[in-house]
Amino acid sequence: MITLSIILQAVATAGLAKFGAAIGAGIAAIAAAFGIGKIGASALESIARQPEAAGDIRSNMIVAAALIEGVALFAIIICLLIVL
Amino acid sequence: MKHIHRLLLIAFFFTSLTPAFALVSDEAEHKTHQVSTKKKKFETGNFIMDHIADAYEWHVFSYGDFHFTAPLPVIVYSERSGFHFFMSNKFHHGHSSYKGFELAKDGEYRGKVVEMVNGQQVRPFDISITKNVTAMLISMIILLWVFLSVAKTYRRRKGQEPKGIQAYIEPIIVFVIDEIAKPAIGEKKYKKFAPFLLTIFFFIWLNNLMGLVPFIPGGANVTGNITITMVLALFTFIITIVNGNKNYWKHIFNTPGVPWWLKYPVPLMPLVELMGMMTKPFVLMVRLFANITAGHIIVLSFISLIFIFGEMSPALGLGSSVLSVAFVIFMNVLELLVALIQAYVFTFLSALYFGMAVEDHH
Repeated sequence: MITLSIILQAVATAGLAKFGAAIGAGIAAIAAAFGIGKIGASALESIARQPEAAGDIRSNMIVAAALIEGVALFAIIICLLIVL
Repeated sequence: MKHIHRLLLIAFFFTSLTPAFALVSDEAEHKTHQVSTKKKKFETGNFIMDHIADAYEWHVFSYGDFHFTAPLPVIVYSERSGFHFFMSNKFHHGHSSYKGFELAKDGEYRGKVVEMVNGQQVRPFDISITKNVTAMLISMIILLWVFLSVAKTYRRRKGQEPKGIQAYIEPIIVFVIDEIAKPAIGEKKYKKFAPFLLTIFFFIWLNNLMGLVPFIPGGANVTGNITITMVLALFTFIITIVNGNKNYWKHIFNTPGVPWWLKYPVPLMPLVELMGMMTKPFVLMVRLFANITAGHIIVLSFISLIFIFGEMSPALGLGSSVLSVAFVIFMNVLELLVALIQAYVFTFLSALYFGMAVEDHH
């Protein structure tokens, strides 16, 4: 416990907040990539199963991707506010 | 074809007329600072924030030490001294104060007009025509010009095939009505909301595109300003509330199919539904703001990479500039797509909320 408090004290001057913001931005990027990857995969599968519906599937995929991207960018803005 | 040429000529005149309301060349002033600012370290954070944030003057271009900045009107109302209307070059880029007003250098009002009252920074009622307001006015003029002429062409050519700019705009209008308004709101009720949906679609799309152009009259981050997206989301919210029918309010305050003890005595379900009603416009606001601002920040960061590497060594700067420029071109093309997608998503979700507000009982 004592070593933990010493470490925390040493790190606090080195900008722990910026470290947290960087990790947060990385997690947001991973989460967005994961979500949109799933959407893209299922969209491609459905287009392969029914090529005539490609137009409808494409527009729905873009809408869902934009909604997920909104949430991810919300997290990015918070991390940016910490850094700046 | 003549119609298009006339339009392009007018657009060109707009771009050359904009800096005409008092252009100031700051060469004389900057000569006095020249010695101290010769080798300034490149500040990435300030560089990015200067291009993202709003400003009281419009920086047109710089050539070495020569900066061409167009000053903009500052309109403030102070409790103590009444209305003031002056051009922002009185501030001399934040170096001098004017009639008690100055640009705050630090603190929570950094970069904004403040009044020093008893040593404290007080923010007056500020309705200045800042860079974002000017850019919004320019895009409003473009939108009004295009759509009023399209409307006139429709009246003149009733029943005939579309001609000129009408032929370009009509498929986009038909797309918004047929793919966004009608499926979301329904065949019978979409007409009431169609003007608003078309307006915000073209407004957001045009402002997104103009924010990507690096020179005047583009280059002002309009839709990346959270107050502007807040007002757009507020419009959607108010229209949803005003047009909510009995079925809509019943779903919020007395959700059918939910057990009674969630509504009375502690109204948990209505609270949850109300929070859902509030978060929808809030997320609309943040989504548009974050997407556009993040795109601009990414492009600016890649450009700053060149300067950061250039300070370490000129060879490294040249080498990284090739890669950076390639990435910047890719990001800008992606941002063109994002401009359209964000306008589409905002309009589509607004139409969805309107549809939910006027939905009949089924």
